[in-house]
Amino acid sequence: MTAAAGTALEVAPRASLGEWLDRHSGRIMVLPAVVILLCFAIFPLIISAYLALSRFALAPGGFTLKFIGLTNFRKLLVGSQQYHFLGTFGMLGPLQWGLMALLAVALLFLLARYLLSGEATVIGTIGRLISASVVMGLAIVGAATIAAGGVPGTLVTTLLYVAVGVIVQFLLGLGLALLCGQPIRGRNIFRVLFFIPLIVTPVGIAYTFRMLADMQKGPFAPVVRAFGISEWSWATEAWSARLMVLVGDTWQWTPFMFIVLLAAIENQPRDQVEAARLDGANGLQIFRDITWPAIAPIAATVVLIRLIEAFKIIDLPNVLTGGGPGLATESMTLHSFIAWRTQDLGGSAAVGYMLLFVSTVVCVSFFNFVVRPARRFQA
Amino acid sequence: MKSQARSLRQRLFEPTGLDRQAPVPKIATYALLLVWSLVVLVPLYWVLVTSFKLPGHVDNGPFYIPFVDFTPSLQAWDFMLLQNNTLGPYLNSVVVALASTIIAVVVGALAAYALVRTRVSVKIVTVAVFLVLLVALIAAIAIFGIPWEIALSVAAALFLIALFTIARRTRLALGNRDIEFWIISNRIMPPIVAVLPIYVMFQQLRLLDTQLALIATYTAINLPIVVWLTRDFFAAIPVDLEESAEIDGASKFRVFFTIALPLVRSGLVATFLLVLILAWNEYLLALFLSNANAQTMPVLVSAQNTTRGPQWWNMSVLIVIMIAPVIAIAAVLQKHIARGLLVGAVKG
Repeated sequence: MTAAAGTALEVAPRASLGEWLDRHSGRIMVLPAVVILLCFAIFPLIISAYLALSRFALAPGGFTLKFIGLTNFRKLLVGSQQYHFLGTFGMLGPLQWGLMALLAVALLFLLARYLLSGEATVIGTIGRLISASVVMGLAIVGAATIAAGGVPGTLVTTLLYVAVGVIVQFLLGLGLALLCGQPIRGRNIFRVLFFIPLIVTPVGIAYTFRMLADMQKGPFAPVVRAFGISEWSWATEAWSARLMVLVGDTWQWTPFMFIVLLAAIENQPRDQVEAARLDGANGLQIFRDITWPAIAPIAATVVLIRLIEAFKIIDLPNVLTGGGPGLATESMTLHSFIAWRTQDLGGSAAVGYMLLFVSTVVCVSFFNFVVRPARRFQA
Repeated sequence: MKSQARSLRQRLFEPTGLDRQAPVPKIATYALLLVWSLVVLVPLYWVLVTSFKLPGHVDNGPFYIPFVDFTPSLQAWDFMLLQNNTLGPYLNSVVVALASTIIAVVVGALAAYALVRTRVSVKIVTVAVFLVLLVALIAAIAIFGIPWEIALSVAAALFLIALFTIARRTRLALGNRDIEFWIISNRIMPPIVAVLPIYVMFQQLRLLDTQLALIATYTAINLPIVVWLTRDFFAAIPVDLEESAEIDGASKFRVFFTIALPLVRSGLVATFLLVLILAWNEYLLALFLSNANAQTMPVLVSAQNTTRGPQWWNMSVLIVIMIAPVIAIAAVLQKHIARGLLVGAVKG
């Protein structure tokens, strides 16, 4: 190896093993990761695609797998499973029509601005068209199923968990981080304490919240009794059951936002904050002009990480409510899981693929249109 | 300094110094932080006291404080630790979480380092040939019933031939950025999409219900996170040290292990802990891939939901012994966690 540096000029026709290793070191270092991902991500993904396109049935002595094309997907989108996946559509009122029109105009405006900016590329345009149409489609399905007379399916329920959960967790995490970022005593104690929910297993959290939310024997039973509503049960009404799932999810994931945002706040330019305070700026001004620009890229990134994980929610609704009442709290992963349990493997894989599609479009769009600009804004 | 005495309003609301807080905001801050502390602690407290309750205490509850409104009992602890086989799943969890985390961090950091410090490229033709062969391979096995050993070796041979013939003649290639994006984007994939084929795969390899199956799967699902976080730690350290070592004749691997890794210690610790927590708590994949032998703790927790209803006291014991060691580790390492995650999130 030491000789190699000296004779680098006269390249030998057959390099020694050591030289070969060094020349290809980059590839060799990446290879294990690529192989692992190919075996346990890409390969299963392709098999799942095949499953999603076929019908699975138990047969004497094993099972049969019959290729049926896109039937599984058609069932979910327009067929017998539509009520389950998309939901039952209600009638849109004038307000909802107005909101939809507003959203459509906004999306068209953004598209037009991009096309006229002179920086439009083919790939960029296609990407924006996909993002815009998926957002529009999801908004219409959401509005139509939440509207009077409609029942949301697993797609809308999942989106609800993702949107409401991530926003609430971000705001709570940011608020706590701002409080903890002040010169207070015991900051490290709060930091460790607030971190704890993140390390509890989601299944454990789900059962814990089932204990806490017990109207007769839980710790809040006397409070409930005092209000005279102990006969009422949150588990029998769609929105209270969904709220319960969101409470558990928020309890677990707020710490993640908190811990990263606190680190970011502690890292903000201190001299600028002090100078601003000497000049008589109030807290709100300091936050708007110094803290927020400093932490915006990090905030965008933690929201992205959380977004990716939020789409996979299953443990909480599965344990807390079993997806009920009806299918009010059923997430898409749970939908897929239940389909698998009833041996509808094709349907299960199709739901999984729909989830993969929706979460990929949402997460990649978020990365391109929020995280990237936030970073550029700082640089 | 000040010529006139501060008014009451000023004294209450305006800070006296840069690192000081005025009384009212200070009290408000502590009050809000204490409220959230309660939000965090009440569920944990309830789990802890429930683990010392007898079934009767839960059924006739609620009872709040041991020794005051009920007599604590060690029955659930005795049952879970001495009579029930809890040690097996606990050891499974420890082995699976530690092994998969160590492998994921080493393999992921290695890949991240190479993607930051060297030029890696893959010909697009190679990728295309690989994917076509993979689909053909699956079709051959699933539709035409060719034994998988034969199909796999034929496909591998064809791939190698293509690698040394067609691929050499083309130039179009994927660079570092593309490979990185691909690796990280694997995290978006919901586990439920992949779990069934993985199940069948391990069944064919006769590895179902073994620790190995879980270790391999967890390594794969956590690898993208490791690459995502560690790539920024490596990008943030100055390249000079590594370059001078390379001029002295050290190989890239030696530079990685002796110079680059120690420099990003803080970040590695944070990554390690985060991945460890994810692996320690994972439930869905463990439910599919393990049965009696390789059962992990989250599965054991949900197994306490028996036909006689949830055994809350037993469940609470399990949750407590699952949380305790991780809290200890997190408390010791908390400085590293904050600093480490920060660097990762800055450039993500």
